[in-house]
Amino acid sequence: MIYKYTVKNNTYNFESLRELMAKASPHRSGDVLAGVAAKTYEERIAAQIVLADVPLKQFLIEHLIDYEKDEVTRLIIDTHHKERFEKVSSFTVGDLRDWLLSEEIAGTDIADLSPGLTPEMVAAVSKLMRNQELIAVAKKCEVVSRFRNTLGLKGCFSTRLQPNHPTDDIKGIAASILDGLMYGSGDAVIGINPASDSPSRVRQLLEVLDMFIQKYEIPTQTCVLCHVTTTMEIIEAKAPVDLNFQSIAGTEAANKSFGIDLKLLDEALEATRSLKRGTVGDNVMYFETGQGSCFSAGAHHDLDQQTCEVRAYAVARRYSPLLVNTVVGFIGPEYLYDGKQIIRAALEDHFCGKLMGLPMGVDICYTNHAEADQDDMDNLLTLLGVAGCNYIMGVPGADDIMLNYQSTSFHDALYVRQVLGLKPAPEFEKWLLNFGIMDEQGKISNAQSAHLLESLNHL
Amino acid sequence: MDKPAPNNQPDQWKSLKEYTSARIVLGRNGTSIPLKESLAFQMAHAHARDAVYSHLDIEKLKVEVEALPQQVICVSSKVENREQYLKRPDLGKFLNDASAKKLDEINDSGSEVVIILADGLSSSAVNKHAVPLLKELLPKLQDAHKTVAPIIISEQSRVALADDIGERLNAGLSLILIGERPGLSSPESLGAYLTYKPKKGLTDESRNCISNIRPNGLVYPAAADKIFYIIQEAFSKKISGVKLKDNMGNLNA
Repeated sequence: MIYKYTVKNNTYNFESLRELMAKASPHRSGDVLAGVAAKTYEERIAAQIVLADVPLKQFLIEHLIDYEKDEVTRLIIDTHHKERFEKVSSFTVGDLRDWLLSEEIAGTDIADLSPGLTPEMVAAVSKLMRNQELIAVAKKCEVVSRFRNTLGLKGCFSTRLQPNHPTDDIKGIAASILDGLMYGSGDAVIGINPASDSPSRVRQLLEVLDMFIQKYEIPTQTCVLCHVTTTMEIIEAKAPVDLNFQSIAGTEAANKSFGIDLKLLDEALEATRSLKRGTVGDNVMYFETGQGSCFSAGAHHDLDQQTCEVRAYAVARRYSPLLVNTVVGFIGPEYLYDGKQIIRAALEDHFCGKLMGLPMGVDICYTNHAEADQDDMDNLLTLLGVAGCNYIMGVPGADDIMLNYQSTSFHDALYVRQVLGLKPAPEFEKWLLNFGIMDEQGKISNAQSAHLLESLNHL
Repeated sequence: MDKPAPNNQPDQWKSLKEYTSARIVLGRNGTSIPLKESLAFQMAHAHARDAVYSHLDIEKLKVEVEALPQQVICVSSKVENREQYLKRPDLGKFLNDASAKKLDEINDSGSEVVIILADGLSSSAVNKHAVPLLKELLPKLQDAHKTVAPIIISEQSRVALADDIGERLNAGLSLILIGERPGLSSPESLGAYLTYKPKKGLTDESRNCISNIRPNGLVYPAAADKIFYIIQEAFSKKISGVKLKDNMGNLNA
């Protein structure tokens, strides 16, 4: 196919679909650094005009990364659902945008189509959509996942309680967990990023978490976010593993740099499911992603960072995860420079994840060398609440003292729930009511929960 | 109308504070963080932001290093300003033409160790901690009869700039003391990266890193001990990076 557009006296020839996709991407520092971004504003819009007319079928013929060279491409092509694709098989990328936005199209229609869409089609359509359109379509989608509670229902908004501590001190972690629970945080998962990846330490943390949620019958799940091979090792040793965590990316080479491939993830899924610890469902995987990870590993194959990111979602959906979140602002300003770029990327990731059928959350975050601050995060938090994001992080005071970045606080989640009328996951909400932590209106109680506090003495 | 209480919903679980430096037990006004805590956070962020945009105090550093006594050479990467530094990490890994020429003209047969004081993401960390650390480290190198090249002060630097500098000076090992990415609780933290036989194109797996050097983190004497230990190990095993295990034991405990 020829990708060409003339505007005024400038003719733009785009050599390949890969180049066209990169040049059509809204501006971000990572694509400039990788040398794949449009050189001018005009070139970017010319690329978007050309992309709008590309038939969806073209993505099945012209692979952006070679089928022979990359197992993620093979996964995408080999699992593409031809029957589901049938109804849109005559569409261009622009037609798909119009279809998604149409009032006649409901979330269930989008969910039905989802297995027929490749990540490249999804990335392409997102490049033609403004922020409000990414929000409007994502809001139609409902992606529900279950383990010990039900996440992602319309009208619900959940949080991962993230009680990290620089030395993995048990009492320090427990103090942050209790603080978070008192603020109604932790229905998506209580998840620790450990300072040390040592199997014995990870196991110890898991045992304490497990004891805690069993003793107080908290309907949630726990996770220590270590490498998937560490988790598999301690599953062998009968550690109480609820969820198996792994960072993933959109190319085989980038995943290799993370020390994983699809075969390993297949084994991880099977091992974790075999424990049968879920009470209302068996979604056992937890994945984190983020734009820029492929280029950062020198494994982007000249693809733009947003398309690479959506390919990671094709990896994720193979494993029916409980949780997926993009850690959008963590990677730094050389990939997403400022609040504007972080907000755009987060809305793209959330939209694309939902279109791919994933229970999508977002770590709304930034580092101190990015041109961003709390106001940018407040804007993004509100936008994602409106868009129906499944969950965000709950970090004490938004300041992660182990990972040294700023995410969202327990208070932030209360704010979004209040202004948008959203509730925690139903099972967790019931628990909060029973413990007198929250009332029916979602207001946090002022009474102390003495028996929860007393628990710290037993750790 | 009565003024609202400044913090009308304090948390009842204050005792937890002793277990962690995390921002717990903040209390709330409605769903918001109380103003005092909110401004404390903003102040911490302001310090971190100011650290990113701080400058090396080159004149002061020069005087202090020359008093050690050590010669000083000032250089800069290809980066022209802070915005470019943040967007183009690739340019921060190589010397600009004038600096490259300056080092090439030295035509040294090569010292064993070259030490680079580099701004990185927090010049204020280097302004504060680099010289006190050198005062601990240089005597150890002297006692071990290690030759040390003139101290390099470099602007707009990434860690890998040490490869370009070390290769041009034909050094046996490079040690770059560089300002780390500022955290809210540590806007002025110094990192040390060591590379045996530095040359352009090496990656992080060829380096050993010692981070969090500051009075409230890894203190100067302990940091100097650790750096000196790795330097000796690197020369004796002729390697650095992931293959050089840190078996120093509990020296920092």
